[in-house]
Amino acid sequence: MAVCIAVIAKENYPLYIRSVPTEDELRFHYTVHTSLDVVEDKISSVSKALVDQRELYLGLLYPTEDYKVYGYVTNSKVKFVIVVDSSNTALRDNEIRSMFRKLHNSYTDVMCNPFYNPGDPIQSKAFDNMVSTMMVQVS
Amino acid sequence: MSAPQWDLPPELCCRPMAFVALTGLDVVYNAVHRAIWDAFCANRRADRVPISFKVLPGDHEYPKCRTKRTSYEWYIPKGILKTGWMNKHLNLVPALVVVFYELDWDEVQWKEKQSECATRVEIVRTSLQGRNTKVAVVLIQKKTPLPPGEDLIASERAAALCNACDLSGKSLFVLPHTDHLVGYIIRLENAFYEHAQTYYYTEIRRVKSHKEFLNKTTHQLLFVRHQFKTAFFSELKQDTQNALKYYRTAYNLVHELRAHETNMLEIKTMAGFINYKICRLCFQHNTPLDAIAQFRKHIDLCKKKIGSAELAFEHAAWMSKQFQSFGDLFDEAIKLGLTAIQTQNPGFYYQQAACYAQERKQLASQLCPQEGSANSTGPDPLETPTGTLDFYGQRPWRQGHQSIDPPDPEKEKVGILALQRRERGVLHSELIIALLSNAVAQFKKYKCPRMKSHLMVQMGEQYYHAKDYTKALKLLDYVTCDYRMERWWTLLTSILSTALRCSYLMGQVKDYVTYALELIGRAPASTLRDDQKSRIEKNLIKVLMNEVPEAEPDCDQAAARAAHDLWAARVSLAGSNELAIEVQDYVPFVQCKAKFLSPSFHVDVPVQLHVYLKADCPHPIRFSKLCVSLSNKEYSQYCVIEESCQSNDILEPSTQENMCLVPGKMRKYSFKFVARTEDVGKKIEITAVDLMLGSESGRCVFLNWRGGGGDAASSHEALQASRSFRRRPSRPDNQLDWDTISIQANTMIISRVPRISVQLRHEPPALNNEMYCMVVTIHSQEDAVAKDVKLTAGLKPGQDANLSQTTHVTLSSSEMCDDSHPALLPDISLGDLQPGQKIEKPLYIRCGTIGSRIFLVHVSYAVHTIVEDKEIVCKCHKDETVTVETVVPFEVAIKLVSTKFEHLDRVYAEIPFLLMADVLSASPWPLHLETSELQLAAPMAAVGQLESPLEQVVLQTGECASECFCLKCPPVANGTSGVASGRYVISWKRKSAGENVPVVRTVITLPHVIVETIPLYVHAGPPAAARPAALNPLWSPPLKDAPRPRHCSASGVCIIMNLKSSFITAGGGKVRLRILPGAEQEMLYNFYPLMAGYQNLPLLNINLVRFPGFTSQLLRRFLPARIFVKPQGRQADDSFIAAA
Repeated sequence: MAVCIAVIAKENYPLYIRSVPTEDELRFHYTVHTSLDVVEDKISSVSKALVDQRELYLGLLYPTEDYKVYGYVTNSKVKFVIVVDSSNTALRDNEIRSMFRKLHNSYTDVMCNPFYNPGDPIQSKAFDNMVSTMMVQVS
Repeated sequence: MSAPQWDLPPELCCRPMAFVALTGLDVVYNAVHRAIWDAFCANRRADRVPISFKVLPGDHEYPKCRTKRTSYEWYIPKGILKTGWMNKHLNLVPALVVVFYELDWDEVQWKEKQSECATRVEIVRTSLQGRNTKVAVVLIQKKTPLPPGEDLIASERAAALCNACDLSGKSLFVLPHTDHLVGYIIRLENAFYEHAQTYYYTEIRRVKSHKEFLNKTTHQLLFVRHQFKTAFFSELKQDTQNALKYYRTAYNLVHELRAHETNMLEIKTMAGFINYKICRLCFQHNTPLDAIAQFRKHIDLCKKKIGSAELAFEHAAWMSKQFQSFGDLFDEAIKLGLTAIQTQNPGFYYQQAACYAQERKQLASQLCPQEGSANSTGPDPLETPTGTLDFYGQRPWRQGHQSIDPPDPEKEKVGILALQRRERGVLHSELIIALLSNAVAQFKKYKCPRMKSHLMVQMGEQYYHAKDYTKALKLLDYVTCDYRMERWWTLLTSILSTALRCSYLMGQVKDYVTYALELIGRAPASTLRDDQKSRIEKNLIKVLMNEVPEAEPDCDQAAARAAHDLWAARVSLAGSNELAIEVQDYVPFVQCKAKFLSPSFHVDVPVQLHVYLKADCPHPIRFSKLCVSLSNKEYSQYCVIEESCQSNDILEPSTQENMCLVPGKMRKYSFKFVARTEDVGKKIEITAVDLMLGSESGRCVFLNWRGGGGDAASSHEALQASRSFRRRPSRPDNQLDWDTISIQANTMIISRVPRISVQLRHEPPALNNEMYCMVVTIHSQEDAVAKDVKLTAGLKPGQDANLSQTTHVTLSSSEMCDDSHPALLPDISLGDLQPGQKIEKPLYIRCGTIGSRIFLVHVSYAVHTIVEDKEIVCKCHKDETVTVETVVPFEVAIKLVSTKFEHLDRVYAEIPFLLMADVLSASPWPLHLETSELQLAAPMAAVGQLESPLEQVVLQTGECASECFCLKCPPVANGTSGVASGRYVISWKRKSAGENVPVVRTVITLPHVIVETIPLYVHAGPPAAARPAALNPLWSPPLKDAPRPRHCSASGVCIIMNLKSSFITAGGGKVRLRILPGAEQEMLYNFYPLMAGYQNLPLLNINLVRFPGFTSQLLRRFLPARIFVKPQGRQADDSFIAAA
């Protein structure tokens, strides 16, 4: 399960960041922010012709001693980042993928809300609840 | 002894090379020996064998060899690896000792020399007692040796020497001291290398042979030691593949050791050494993935082996070192050609090393006792008698101790305390910063700007902890821009908070104010809570009042006290209390938007400018001055509001104080000024808006916005607001919503709207070359006198260049325009124009070519007007343009016809012909043809008077005027190639043109005519009509044939008259006659017509005997072909004549 989930706007500013409350929130902000380097690089390395066939899931962005950072980019260049504890070896690639899919679906729902102004921070309760289900449960 | 404690020993990190000692060389005083030594050690390129040479004296004492153990039965090892072992084999125990000796084969005192050499060898051998080190002898000879086998003395003496020194033949070398020294040396060292290889091979065998004596229970440490030694010897032997294999085995053995708290450090140290060697060899073998995998395995295995909890910082330090040294290895491999990628580069290892270094620092601060508690009286437990440890990774106070429990708990406690005390002295921040800056350099290389920024923030924070605030601020300041740009406000706020603390502790007023004003700003950009903002704002107000601000929380107490004094000193310091801060690139707590009310203003209207201010801080803030700087400095004085100024029109009525900004409320300040007339056509720009906080008596801070305001976040906010579905709250007092205000930072001063009318009266299209008249009517509707009215008229500039050359404009109608007249008449002064007055000005334009032209009529004048109680002279102008088409007025067709109006393509000399000119009007307006004139060229002559019937004729559109001239051409020499016939000149003007308008003379060049000469000319003179009036056909007008030969010679002529039935003919039917040149012969024929109406006359055939080619066809055109026979009327009507 994730320790931090973030949605980043096309212009690379955060739309939504949620991390487990037990740990230093700022650190996760930095982790997500630095992972954008790799995301940007991966996006730009895909040649123009292949953009349509590009897979949205970017896989493991970079490993740190403590966390694994996974990335996902929608076609509108909105980025999802999931940070997982390195010790959590039970989590497989497929599960990460399905987490991203769920996140994407939920994000689409947020966008479909006529009262949501694209580019504003996400404050949807439904989205928040969905993210909660994917986060590490802290007792 | 702080940092180096964790450094890997240099003998571990170097590349092991075979050690060869050279003796008997006097490199100081003997030039030859010096040259030999230089050849060995200078320019050692990669292609030379890896040997490390050392010059030692002949009687050098090599380390003593301990007596070899024959049994390990009762032996309990004290540690894994002795600290001196690697160095011993790298630098002290040679694989080969070479004895250099100067001896030629033909030496006279051979015996003595031989025995001296033998003695030297013996000395070396004795010193190496018990070691397998090889000995070799090199004879330095002055002479070049003969090829082997030829020098009998040499081979004999060599054998003797070998015998004397107890050497094998392979260990005796000869080094002739000649030109090819380097070549000989290379051969020598290759031979040395072989000897060294053999030595290390035997060493490996020797170490391996111990294995059978070991048992798993007591000699676990020895398994590791022997494996390590084998690997190390293999490396010395340059057998890296096997070395890697042995190291891997050693690594596995290390982890099989029984680990407990007392030997944890030793195990980790050795594991670290072996891991280093493995990674290094993997990189060397170009298998970086193996290296990374080994390192990951190493870290995973060792991560949890913390050891003593009281010395947990040691583990962090060790971990940090592991990452750092791997980063170094990785980086080194990259320098040797390995390519790294964004997600796998040395930066990550340095970063992790820094991470552990931070952890170390944290642990150290938790575990290490505070100052004062350290008062150990006894000897320092960290000191050893030798000053160094015997084994790697052991505790100084219990070296060689290998059982689970410490021998002396008291000693153990003192030792740990000493270590903790020492740890406290470590400058952790420095270590962290060094690692971070390494990482920064790497991430910069691998295009990770955000990672780089993040590390720079960490560096800044470390500098802050290290109390190097200047550097901290520099780094933090550098990155804030990036975070602000990317709108990561949480991170920005955190960085700014640190920066604020730094600037407070340094007493930097400007920085302090800069960070404070951003931190107390609006919500998304500053994520601070309101109480924090409120505290910072209060501090800011204190600074503005030149008081000492409160210390930031979380500051070091001592530093805060020092800072307080620093601030107090600054407060007492007089002067320099003005600060200007460019806030455009920040997100300050006051937002500003300035706009001109319109993108352009007429010069006779005051320019209006609004400045909107809004404060986002928690408490109201007052300012003492607001000024707007404009691109023209002169206007800036009108755009200032100060405390003292009481003018009411700048401010809208409001309950709030003029110079006070209430949080969340927007204030509008209006400025108004009259633009200068010189600025007409120029742009006025808001270059800056300055808001002065504080006061002259305290401290002034100018917030400066470049241009019309806005800040780092405002554009995005405006964009989001514009997208938003939310309805703007309707404000009661008609106030604008902040987000809807857009900045308009420049305006244009345009000239006053002219109040005159300019009308053009003309009759298009213009006719080619005519003096086209265009009447300009200027009618003033001004209330005042329009002064200095000037008219510029003519072809609008910027059109085709040809047009300006073929267009001429004049004011005077009396004379024709020519090329000296310009295409545009500039600045025709028309004097003053009273209100309501009207001026008419005719213009005459001559267009030399057809086509369309754009004409410009520009009227400028000056008028006095009063704006805002200020009289200004406004220059106004009005432009009118008109497109005029130019067409040809008429077309002239010239035809040549015979006197019978038959078309002629050539004329005959001396025979009259007609020139017909048709003038077809193409003009839409009636044309008045004044005269026309035929100007004949030299040979042409008119028959009779050349009078033109075209005079004062008016041609309507489509009408045609024709005239006809009878001409004759004398014989000319080259008439067949065409003869110029002259010009036809028509003088005309349009009918509507005035009397005084000059006529246009249009000249048409007549076509060239081909003139042909004929030998005979016939002229017939029949009556115009025949009338069989009487029965008697006595009316017999003579058909006068007058053949006139043109030739000088007489010609015979045969004339045959073909009789026709409609006439009764009298005269010769066939006549032969002769006509002399120039002579004329008249022949008379009488015809009596038999029928009325048009009748064909009899054909006359004329044959010239001398000119067979001459046909009567040619002549026939001169003769009438038909005649009209009048029916007999009741009365004779002589006047009735019809042309045939």
